Amino acid sequence: MGTPDQENMAIQMVGIYKYFGPYCALENVNLDVKKGTMHAILGENGAGKSTLMNILYGMSKPDAGQIFINGKLLDIKHPKTAIENKIGMVHQHFMLVPTFTVAQNIMLGKELTNPFGILDFKKANRVIEELSEKYNLLIDTKKKIENMSVGMQQRVEILKALYREAEILILDEPTAVLTPQEVKDLMLTLKTLAQHGKTVVIITHKLNEIKQVCDFCTIIRRGKNINSVNVNDYSEQQLVSMMVGYDMDLKINKTKAIPKDVVFEIDNLTVLDDRGIKKVNNLSLKIRSGEIFGIAGVDDNGQRELVEAITSLKKVSSGTIKIKGLEIQNTTPQNVIASGIATIPEDRHKEGLVMNFSVTENLLLKKYKENPLSKHGRLNKQKINDFADSLIKKFDIRPPECKKRLVRKLSGGNQQKLIIAREVSEDPDLLVAVQPTRGLDVGAMEYVHRELLKQRDLGKAVLLISLDLNEIIDVADKIAVIYNGNIVKTFESAATNENEIGILMAGGGK
Amino acid sequence: MNNVILLLAGTLMHATPLLFAALGGVISESSGVMNIALEGVMTFGAFTGAAVAYASNSSWLGFFIAGLAGALLISLHAVASVTFRADQTISGTAINFLGPGLSLLLAKKLFNGSALSPTAPKLPILFPKNLTERWRGTPFENLNISVGVVIAFALVLLIWFLFYHTKWGLRILATGQHPAAVDTLGVNVYVMRYICVICSGMLAGFGGAFMSLSVTSSFSPSTVCGQGFIALAAVIFGKWTPHGVMLSCLLFGFAKECTTILGGEGTFIPPVLLEMFPYVLTILVLVLFVGKSSVPKANGVPYLRGAR
Repeated sequence: MGTPDQENMAIQMVGIYKYFGPYCALENVNLDVKKGTMHAILGENGAGKSTLMNILYGMSKPDAGQIFINGKLLDIKHPKTAIENKIGMVHQHFMLVPTFTVAQNIMLGKELTNPFGILDFKKANRVIEELSEKYNLLIDTKKKIENMSVGMQQRVEILKALYREAEILILDEPTAVLTPQEVKDLMLTLKTLAQHGKTVVIITHKLNEIKQVCDFCTIIRRGKNINSVNVNDYSEQQLVSMMVGYDMDLKINKTKAIPKDVVFEIDNLTVLDDRGIKKVNNLSLKIRSGEIFGIAGVDDNGQRELVEAITSLKKVSSGTIKIKGLEIQNTTPQNVIASGIATIPEDRHKEGLVMNFSVTENLLLKKYKENPLSKHGRLNKQKINDFADSLIKKFDIRPPECKKRLVRKLSGGNQQKLIIAREVSEDPDLLVAVQPTRGLDVGAMEYVHRELLKQRDLGKAVLLISLDLNEIIDVADKIAVIYNGNIVKTFESAATNENEIGILMAGGGK
Repeated sequence: MNNVILLLAGTLMHATPLLFAALGGVISESSGVMNIALEGVMTFGAFTGAAVAYASNSSWLGFFIAGLAGALLISLHAVASVTFRADQTISGTAINFLGPGLSLLLAKKLFNGSALSPTAPKLPILFPKNLTERWRGTPFENLNISVGVVIAFALVLLIWFLFYHTKWGLRILATGQHPAAVDTLGVNVYVMRYICVICSGMLAGFGGAFMSLSVTSSFSPSTVCGQGFIALAAVIFGKWTPHGVMLSCLLFGFAKECTTILGGEGTFIPPVLLEMFPYVLTILVLVLFVGKSSVPKANGVPYLRGAR
C-alpha cells in the first residue's frame, strides 16, 4: 500500500455510508485531508459533519466505507484505536470531568504512574507544563474544571489531545460557545499547531472562521459530498450557497425600526439561583414597542434567571418587572401570559413543546380554555382542527399534513415554527425570544429572524437573548451587554461593533 | 472505663456489616450505577456464609463464598443496568426480593424445612486465647473483637487509597461523573461499571456473612433486617467517599449499640421504641444532612455511546 499520493494524506475516508434506522445520514461521503493543513468541514446542522467525524474517532460505526490514516487502512472501532493512531478530538460538548483538576482530566486514561499504579502528579504537572509552553497554551494544572471559563476548558481539551501526541486534531464546532476574544485566541492556537506540522480538521458552519485560518474546505449537504475546494478560490457567498444548496443572502434586509412607547420595563431586578447566589444583580432595562432589544452575553451570566423571572418561573428577590405599567414580578406564569408576554424558550424540547403530543395539541397548549375552542370544559374538535390548519398554513409548518403527527418527528426548524406560531398568535405586547435559532439550519434561522422583524414591524416589543453575537448584531435594534447579572452597557446597534461588545461580554467593561 | 470500651467494641461490631455493604455501595455508585440492592445481597451473603461455614466447618470458607455469592447475585443487576440499560431502581428492587427469597428457599431445602440455619463456626477473634486469659477481669477483655472488623476498616483505607491515589480510582470516579469523557479517552465504560458493581456485590456479601458469622452465629430470615438500607443511607450521608462512609457507619453502629445497652434490665424505655432508634436516626440523617452536591453526576444514568 501507499502510493506517493496516499503518503501525503493524513486522512482519507472513502465511500462512507451511515444509516440511523431507515434514515441515511451519510451517503457515499469521501474526505481527503492533506498532512499539515487546516481543513474545514462545512455544512448545516444535521448535514452529517459530526457523524462523519465521530466515525473517524471511533465513536460511531460506519455501515460501509474505508478509512486510511497516513495511507494505512484502519478499522477504527473504538476511540482507543483513534488515539493509538494519533487522532485527537475536541468534542462540541466538552468531555471533561467538572470535579477533577486540569491534570486529572488530561491524564485520565493515560495516567502517569509509578510501577504500582500510583498516580505521579508531579511528573504529570511537569509534562503538561512543558506542553503548554511549547504550544503557548498557558494553564493552571491544579485548578478544577468547574471553576474555569469555557475558553480555558477548551484549552484543556486541546492539551488532552496533545498529551496523547495527536498529529491529527478534530474540533467539532469549536467557536460555538466562545466570546469573540476567545475565538481569536483559538485561531492563534490553531495556527501554532499547524506550524508544528499538525493536521487540523474543523467542523463548522461559520464562514468567516474558515476564510481566516483554513486551507481547504469540504462541503457536506444532507449527508452527501457537495464539493472540496481550496478556500482562497471561493468567496464566503459562494461557500454558503454550496452549503445550503441555493443562492442566499448572508445579510438580513433590515429596515429601520420605528420605536414608540415604552411597554416593558425592569427596575433594579435581583434574582437568586437555587444556591442563593445572585444571578441577576440590580438589572434595569426598558423596551419600546416596535423595537428588538438584544441582550448579548456569555452563557451563565444571568440570562436564564432573567427569563425565568420575567415568566414568573422564579421568584424575584427585589426589583420590579412591569408590562404596560402593570407589575408582574412574583406572580404566576398564567398571569404573565394573560398580561401580554409570549416566550420562545431556550430549550424547545424541554420547555417549549410536549414532544409526545401532536402538532395540534401543542398549538392548543395556551388556548385550550378559550371559547370557541372549548366550551364548559369540553374541547370542540372541529374548531380546534380549523385553528390548527390555519396556523400550520400561515406559518408554513411542514409537512403541511402534519396536524396529527407527533412533534418529536418534526425537524428542529419546524418545531421552532410551531412554537412561534403558538406564541405569536396570542398577539402579545412583548415577545421574549431566548436563543431562538439554537441548533437550526441556515434556512430556518433566516425564517426565525424574519419573523422577529415582522413582529417588530407590527408594533410589538421584542426581547432577544442570544449567545450568538452575530445574531444579536444582525437582528437587534438596541444591544445590551449582560455580564455577571448586570447590564454593562446599552448601544444603538448601528453605533457599535463586534469587538466592542466582545470585550464587554468578557468582563472588560469594568 | 469498662463501659466505654464495651460501648466502643459494640459500636465497631455493629458498624462493620454496614461498613462492608456501604463501601460496596460507594464503589458501585462512584462508577455511576445506583445500587439499592445492598439489602438483598447482604441477606443472600448471610445465608451463604452460614450455610457454607456450617457444612465445611470453616468460617473463613463461609465468609469468602458469601462474597462470591454476593458478586454472583449482583451481576444480574450489572447485566440489567449496564448492558440492557434498565431502570436501576427496578432492577435493584428485584434483587432485594430475590436475595431474601432465594435464601429462604434454599434454607428450607437444606435444613429440613427450617428457615434457620444450624449454628455455624464464628469468624476468629483478634487476639489468641492465652492473651485474653491474662486480660480477664480488665476492661480490655471486651476489646477482643472479630477479625472481620479489622478487615472492614482496613478496606476503608485500601479503597480510599485506590480512589484518590491510583489510576483505577481516577477512572472509576470519572466514570461516575462523565462516562462519555472516559469513553472518548479509550477506557471502556461498560467494563469499569461491571467491575465496580460486582465488587460492590462481593462487599455486601461479606457484610451479610459478618452478620451470620460474627454478630450472630447462624442465619435467620431476619438476620439482615434492613441493614442494607441503612448502609445505603450511610453511602449518602458519607457523601460517596470511603472515609465519610466509615464515619456514618460508626454513627449508625453507635445507635444500634445504644439500643442494646439501654435495652438492658431495669430501663424505663419500652424496647419497641428503642429498637426503632437506628432506623429513625437514618431517616433524620437523610432528611437533615443530605445535600445534592456530592452525588456522582452520572449515578443511575445508563451509558450509551453516541447518545446525547
